Amino acid sequence: MTDATVNEARFRLFLDRVRRSTLPRRLYKHRLFMTGLILFAIVLAMAFLAPLIAPHAPNQNNFRYRLGEPNATHWLGTDNFGRDVLSRVIYGSQVSLRIGFLVVVMNAVFGTLIGASAGYFRRLDNPIMRVMDGLMAFPAILLAIALAATLGPSEFNAVLALTVAYAPRTARIVRASVLVVREMDYVQAALASGAGHIRILFRHVLVNSMAPLLVQLTFIFAVAVLAEAVLSFIGVGPPPPTPTWGNIISEGRNYIREAPWISLFPGIAIAFTVLGLNLLGDGLRDVLDPRMKVETR
Amino acid sequence: MTAPAPFIEVDNLVKHFPIRKGFFSSSEAGTVRAVDGISFTVARGETLGLVGESGCGKSTTGRLMLRLIDPTSGALRYDGTDLARVSPKQMRERRRELQIIFQDPFSSLNPRMTVESIICEPLVIHGIGNSASRRARAHELLDVVGLARSYANRYPHEFSGGQRQRIGIARALALRPQFIVCDEPVSALDVSIQAQVINLMQDLQKEFGLTYLFISHNLAVIRHIADRVAVMYLGKIVELTDKHSLYADPKHPYTQALLSAIPIANPDRKRQRVVLTGDVPSPINPPSGCHFHTRCPYAEARCKAIEPPLSDVGGGHQVACHLVQPSA
Repeated sequence: MTDATVNEARFRLFLDRVRRSTLPRRLYKHRLFMTGLILFAIVLAMAFLAPLIAPHAPNQNNFRYRLGEPNATHWLGTDNFGRDVLSRVIYGSQVSLRIGFLVVVMNAVFGTLIGASAGYFRRLDNPIMRVMDGLMAFPAILLAIALAATLGPSEFNAVLALTVAYAPRTARIVRASVLVVREMDYVQAALASGAGHIRILFRHVLVNSMAPLLVQLTFIFAVAVLAEAVLSFIGVGPPPPTPTWGNIISEGRNYIREAPWISLFPGIAIAFTVLGLNLLGDGLRDVLDPRMKVETR
Repeated sequence: MTAPAPFIEVDNLVKHFPIRKGFFSSSEAGTVRAVDGISFTVARGETLGLVGESGCGKSTTGRLMLRLIDPTSGALRYDGTDLARVSPKQMRERRRELQIIFQDPFSSLNPRMTVESIICEPLVIHGIGNSASRRARAHELLDVVGLARSYANRYPHEFSGGQRQRIGIARALALRPQFIVCDEPVSALDVSIQAQVINLMQDLQKEFGLTYLFISHNLAVIRHIADRVAVMYLGKIVELTDKHSLYADPKHPYTQALLSAIPIANPDRKRQRVVLTGDVPSPINPPSGCHFHTRCPYAEARCKAIEPPLSDVGGGHQVACHLVQPSA
């Protein structure tokens, strides 16, 4: 037998295992989930491979070719400084995804910490959740704008502002599932064996409360990408000339009649990413817990 | 014969759950009197059956005895130590001796842990042995409860209800406890599986000298496994005696009604049915005097006014009823 056939047989075995094991198989069979996964994978690849696939440097000016129409050298045209829009959109994905990812991580950490404390320790529930209610009383995007404007425009401050705006929603979801899981008999059994709170929280409660959080985080990712664009657009995100999708749209706004492509293509990129993440989240929700309905706004 | 000090002595144990009125006020709108002053003893190696209908406080009693919930008042003496008053640290240490088996075999096992880690968890918590010796102990316990050792690395969802219940029993045995609260351990199982699990529990009792508090609403199961039986109604014990005199000669009207509800597999046998009317009153606002007087066919004026104490009517047969006279 040749190496190629051995490898092919192995690969088939692997595929077979993936198809038979229930969770990956159900995700694999979920068409919308797979569509979302592919869309998101494309955006992710774009961000990682930016230096390889971008035809020009993102901040390279070319005053001889300002507001140029899309053509063979500049596939998506150029902006008012003659910068290549395609390259800027490709590099912009790095910033957008980085902010989205950091917001997701911060949400996972703080949302879990706050939600688990509120759900598990009954005495903390009321004080914590009333503060969270207070934060949730503001529309999230307004709160994020206000915070980002106060803190000053930078990538880190955008992440911070978005975390404060969305962590209360994550906390509420974690709290809800912790409240259910903490009443399970296996938690009582661990208590009866003398387990401490930390052990119960991490070994029993949190591991069984993760499904709704996972779904929520994919939506948070989408919302964060969108919100980053909003913050950049009104000038409280990462400052120009950093290519972010919001910055590119914002800069193209003044030339929307002469050069609509400047704002159009980053807008499409945002829509593409958010669509992919939402499909991903919907698919995860269908597979992990069909009864669950998640509100992201 | 000198009476030895009882292994477990429950003395006037009370658990009231407060009902809170609003978000901001801490005032109470009322209390649920789940367990309202119960006293009994359990001897070493015996099985005390606890019967009663839904919501009468059976499970709360079981959880109180393990201090999974803290009692409102009353004492809980194991070997002379009042567990209602020990520090949390001491309590954690004492938990090695006390275990619980649950009703629902589906929610009693953590779905993310393997059978081995479920069974070993109590050992890990108390820092007993190393991972090799714990694994050996898990295998030993799987043998004891009649499961194959090869199941050790599987997850709970791969098992049937009866098998899961055996895993729960193995977990309860891991620390070599002396006392196990069995909270309706077979009521979620098929009848044929019920018999297997009960026989297993009896064998284990003989082998390890276990003491059981066996909670059930199934009188036939109680009759099979218990040595003595306590009948609960609305947070109180109304009758407590050995199982032979309970089933042969029930004194309390409530017990009589319960026993007459057991179907007999003989259509020709005539029997007297005592049928109760109405529902169980709410434990938030229980009736005055004897809690049972609202449904009792023999109730008199004094039943409404005075609460009957649980008293011995001869031969250790304790009844809480004004109408039952001591026979001795």
